[in-house]
Amino acid sequence: MKKKIIVVGGGLSGLMATLKICEAGGEVELFSYCPVKRSHSLCAQGGMNACMDTKGENDSVHEHFDDTVYGGDFLADQTAIKGMCEAAPKLIKMFDRMGVTFTRTPEGLLDLRNFGGQKNKRTLFSGSTTGQQLLYALDEQVRAWEVKGAVKKYEFWEFIKIIKNKESVCRGIVAQDMNSMEIKAFRADTVILATGGPGMVFGRCTASTICNGSAVSAVYQQGALIGNPEFIQIHPTAIPGSDKNRLMSEACRGEGGRVWVYKDGKPWYFLEEMYPAYGNLVPRDVASRAIYDVCVNQKLGINGENKVYLDLSHIPADYLERKLGGILEIYSEFVGDDPRKVPMQIYPSVHYSMGGIWVDAKHNTNIPGLMASGECDYQYHGANRLGANSLLSAAYSGTVSGPEAMRWAKEGERGSELTDEELAKAAKECREEYEAILKMDGSENAHELHHELGEVMNKYVTIERVNKDLDYCFDEVKKILKRWDNIGIGDKSNWANQEGMFARQLRNMIIYALVVTRAARMRDESRGAHYKREFPTRDDERFMKVTVAEYDQATEEPKISYADFDHSLVKPRPRNYAVAKKE
Amino acid sequence: MAETKKVHFIIERQDGPNSQPYTEEFEVDYRPALNVVASLMEIQKNPVTKDGKKTTAVVWECNCLEKVCGACMMVINGKAQQACAALIDHLEQPIRLSASRTFPVVRDLMIDRSVMFESLKRIHGWVDVDGTWEVHNDAPRQNPKTATTAYEISRCMTCGCCMDACPNVNRGSEFIGPAPIAQAHLFNLHPIGEYQKEERLDALMEKGGLASCGNSQNCVQACPKDIKLTEYIAKLNRDTNKQALKSLFNK
Repeated sequence: MKKKIIVVGGGLSGLMATLKICEAGGEVELFSYCPVKRSHSLCAQGGMNACMDTKGENDSVHEHFDDTVYGGDFLADQTAIKGMCEAAPKLIKMFDRMGVTFTRTPEGLLDLRNFGGQKNKRTLFSGSTTGQQLLYALDEQVRAWEVKGAVKKYEFWEFIKIIKNKESVCRGIVAQDMNSMEIKAFRADTVILATGGPGMVFGRCTASTICNGSAVSAVYQQGALIGNPEFIQIHPTAIPGSDKNRLMSEACRGEGGRVWVYKDGKPWYFLEEMYPAYGNLVPRDVASRAIYDVCVNQKLGINGENKVYLDLSHIPADYLERKLGGILEIYSEFVGDDPRKVPMQIYPSVHYSMGGIWVDAKHNTNIPGLMASGECDYQYHGANRLGANSLLSAAYSGTVSGPEAMRWAKEGERGSELTDEELAKAAKECREEYEAILKMDGSENAHELHHELGEVMNKYVTIERVNKDLDYCFDEVKKILKRWDNIGIGDKSNWANQEGMFARQLRNMIIYALVVTRAARMRDESRGAHYKREFPTRDDERFMKVTVAEYDQATEEPKISYADFDHSLVKPRPRNYAVAKKE
Repeated sequence: MAETKKVHFIIERQDGPNSQPYTEEFEVDYRPALNVVASLMEIQKNPVTKDGKKTTAVVWECNCLEKVCGACMMVINGKAQQACAALIDHLEQPIRLSASRTFPVVRDLMIDRSVMFESLKRIHGWVDVDGTWEVHNDAPRQNPKTATTAYEISRCMTCGCCMDACPNVNRGSEFIGPAPIAQAHLFNLHPIGEYQKEERLDALMEKGGLASCGNSQNCVQACPKDIKLTEYIAKLNRDTNKQALKSLFNK
């Protein structure tokens, strides 16, 4: 019998895992909220890092590895990073064979550009819609396997939870058809979650509306451990918006964009002044903190508002068109100004979660039979992710989780297959939960409540974190959790009921917000994206450890502990982007 | 205090695939840079019609809100477009929203575009690679100009605007439509993808293929990504003619 793997999520990581499973002779049932071709990976703009060394800079895989470890402020598994950086050039060649429309040099080779936290040109790109192009390539390859019958897609199906057998091994999932609202249980030999990040926990962010972290929160509540949840990347350059903050790629700075504000009536290129060695290409956490400081503490934002200039207007328009076309369109369209002519106005925004489901080197979670890969895992970025390493980690993690899922399906101690009764019971529980939600008739509106959750999380758990504020925030989120019980569902329909499903997602988001906030409260140091003025330096003795969050059923709060991790390859050293990196 | 400016919506609603459509009107507070998706989100927070009647939130599909995922296509003031990029300041009021009825309606503004993904199977919409493993060979170099054309086409987000605009794509017709045709050209442009060019052209010579294009040129006007659809359709027409002649002589 063929092994059956359930993959939840059809972004870059889920699709990569799917391909690996198909090639190993397995069958995949692929679950996604949306047609997989619309997954959030397509929002990645700037590129994917891989050491190609085609620009005469003597770039090396080791340098990519070291930049990633250093950029992550020594909190990521070094052996895992090493594997990822070694695989990167091979992945690029694979994508090239699949037909990704990488931007090319005049001689027809793959072009490279600069990106933050790296001195060498190492970022491959397709204009400024690299994620879209990489996702489409894998979508196409998976479609070919679909035609061959190895993949069955469940698009517009929402994952609700995993099912464990009596030996506590994950052997299936419960999911809901988002149109018919049918709730059904499915058997699997292995389950891979590749469900992306939790951006929507912060309301406004650069993420798609589907990035709510609900699936991660659901398995956390079923016993999966979360690693480093407090490390939330704030991207320095986004267009602030009331519905979403739209990303303006780091590639803008990679291609020569400069960040400035007026000071004493003259342009002040503050990143270049503060960080002469890296200038505008400091890593994201560093740039975001600087912008925050200039706007909030020094009150030098544009017209006194929280905005600074990101300036491309000195770069020739045809060059910009070729290298950055897609995003200049976004800016012109949504703001109305032409970034080829006037400086853009930007501000930092919640962007990416370095933390996520705790996994081992092969992407197994602590629940046997359940794996996690892509942004929903915690593996590759430590305290801060380098730009253009996310497409890499997403694709790479799929090349690890896919084969491992097959290995587990063949050799793992999986215990007994789920019986029909167990399947029916799991589906029935979820159905009852859902029906109870539909009956809710309180006074709170789920979307309004979500808005409040986002406001409080954005205010207290982003760039600068203060312990007493985090305590306050935790209490506020607990209140929001309590108020969730008083939601009213106006839509009682049994067809495409988005409101009912959103209420279920919202509860998971609130539970996850508690995890992020508590973990941030407990880490009394500053490292990467996690910054506390009260504890301004990195404290390797106490905190060069992975934060591990475990769900406590009784209180619905996380229990936090700290675990060691593999940092056997390079010794930690102070991280300072004002000077050139030393090894 | 000055009264807040309101934005007036007339939204065509439909409870299910076989239900009768009806309209409801809504008012949303104006704010700068407001777009149609953001307005629908405001309605979600307070689903009350213009006349103060409680109703259900409007159902629609959206993901990225930056015009790259293709999800939120709907008909706005008579034109199929991405709702996230439809700024209120650029629209005449009352703003009329309806589903693109070229496709089966799921509920309200949400439609079923699975036919577009199925069409990508019909045109062999992928490059045949041996596998994802290493082959210890680089992919062939590409002329950067060809690569630029390929990039233009590969930005197609399967939104369906061109399908909505095309008079020959409808539920009574088998016409595959502009988007999948252009995709066939994309894969034909690739040095490895080209190996399956004949299969793709054959597929486009079948019923519902290129011959069903009426050359109305609506698609190219409708494409939110400015893909030169008619140019690629014309190119494929020449390619299929050549192939038809070739197979005639080889008989």
